[in-house]
Amino acid sequence: MRLAIVGAGAVGRSVADLAGGYGHTVTALADSGSAAVDADGIDVAAALERKREDGQVGTAAPEDALDGEYDALVEATPTTLGDAQPGFGHVRTALERDRHVVLANKGPVAERYDEVRELEAESAGGVRFEAAVGGAIPVLSTVEDFGPNNIVAARGVLNGTANFVLTRMAAEGLDYEHVLAEAQDMGVAEADPSFDVEGTDAALKCVILANVLAQGERTYRLEDAEVEGITDVPGSALELAHEDGRTVRLVGEVSGDGVRVGPRLVSEHGDLAVGGTTNIVQLETDHAGRLNLSGRGAGGPETATAVLSDVGRLPEL
Amino acid sequence: MNDAHGDEVHAYTIRLELVDEPGELLRALGPIANNGGNLLSIFHERGNLTPRGHIPVEVDLEATPERFDDIVEALRDAGVNVIQAGAEQYSEELTVIIVGQLVQTDLSDTLSAIQDGTDASVTDVSLSAPEGTENGASARLRLATQSGETETVLSAVRSVAGEKDLRVIEPLTGGGEA
Repeated sequence: MRLAIVGAGAVGRSVADLAGGYGHTVTALADSGSAAVDADGIDVAAALERKREDGQVGTAAPEDALDGEYDALVEATPTTLGDAQPGFGHVRTALERDRHVVLANKGPVAERYDEVRELEAESAGGVRFEAAVGGAIPVLSTVEDFGPNNIVAARGVLNGTANFVLTRMAAEGLDYEHVLAEAQDMGVAEADPSFDVEGTDAALKCVILANVLAQGERTYRLEDAEVEGITDVPGSALELAHEDGRTVRLVGEVSGDGVRVGPRLVSEHGDLAVGGTTNIVQLETDHAGRLNLSGRGAGGPETATAVLSDVGRLPEL
Repeated sequence: MNDAHGDEVHAYTIRLELVDEPGELLRALGPIANNGGNLLSIFHERGNLTPRGHIPVEVDLEATPERFDDIVEALRDAGVNVIQAGAEQYSEELTVIIVGQLVQTDLSDTLSAIQDGTDASVTDVSLSAPEGTENGASARLRLATQSGETETVLSAVRSVAGEKDLRVIEPLTGGGEA
């Protein structure tokens, strides 16, 4: 399949890098200011090298990537809230051209899910977004396989940064600020970690999952989620939890009652008490009990793997 | 203890905690048989421990309401710890952690407010304030509540905490914890 990749961050670059190995051709790679475009396939290595050296992937304009030749648009620009632009516009452009869209960007399906589905209904192309929930973990495809009707609820630990901080706080008896500084030094937390530690990122993933499970009966947006972060969790709370055989995790819950994200007490040796940056999603099924899916929830190659799995599920146009 | 009357035989469940020693189970079953209870089943959860480190045992039996009361009394007289008996049972335990200016906002008043607003009883409190209570503290509360009341109790805890600007770290409910 021919892929146009918009967004040249860690995920976009990894998709470009790995696409050849999956038998796909990259016909365009765009960052916010430039693009490399070639209907016969761009030289990915050269484009990535230019990005490293000059900060630009090519000499064409970014819009040329959207208007060029491709079967599927890979949307990997940074997640934005509210109107979810420019990601939403990219989705619209591709679908109106009857092309497929594979999203790594959470914005459009978290904030404008109904509109994305309407555009898809009018298009010959389809929309997939496995990479938007739980990185490499096949959450949405599992939901699809089981059928959303057969899943009654979902919960999980969906932010590696917050989980790393809580894990280290419990293990070392340190306070939030200390561990956050360590996480930033290690590159696990960003300079501005608010998106992760305040629960926004986990909430977006839960909202997307809620949208898929609701099957159009209801559309969720970030504002519908009840969100609490981990910034107020003191070391003493983790200690008290530990004395009782428990620990604290930033858990997102999706049920018929809506979407909720916040620090929760979980059994210290239970499935949800994943360590470090690991993510886990639990699906409660109607006929098959509980399903645990865990693995790496972030990272370039990990998320790119989910993108390329989605590409593999797309029908020929 | 129960609202049933007369000589009609009812099924009851009693939950006991036993010390892990030979003869303990037999000692616990004696008062049931001796007081006219008809044993239906015994579930001896070896390998599982109660918070006090004892072995939980669930006994199903049939008895008239009057005899059932005698059985519970006889068990207690024999020194057997009865966790639940019959319909009026504290069958669920709930642990929450509250965080914030616990001492300044009167912790004992907070606990009373939680108990007054619900059927729950606070069975255990642990307070931790490693940096002095003026820098905020955490408290772990164990609440005993009736089956099916967990959500009501949690929402009461949330509202009491909200009034005092305290944070609640709740357990996972609904579908249970893994």
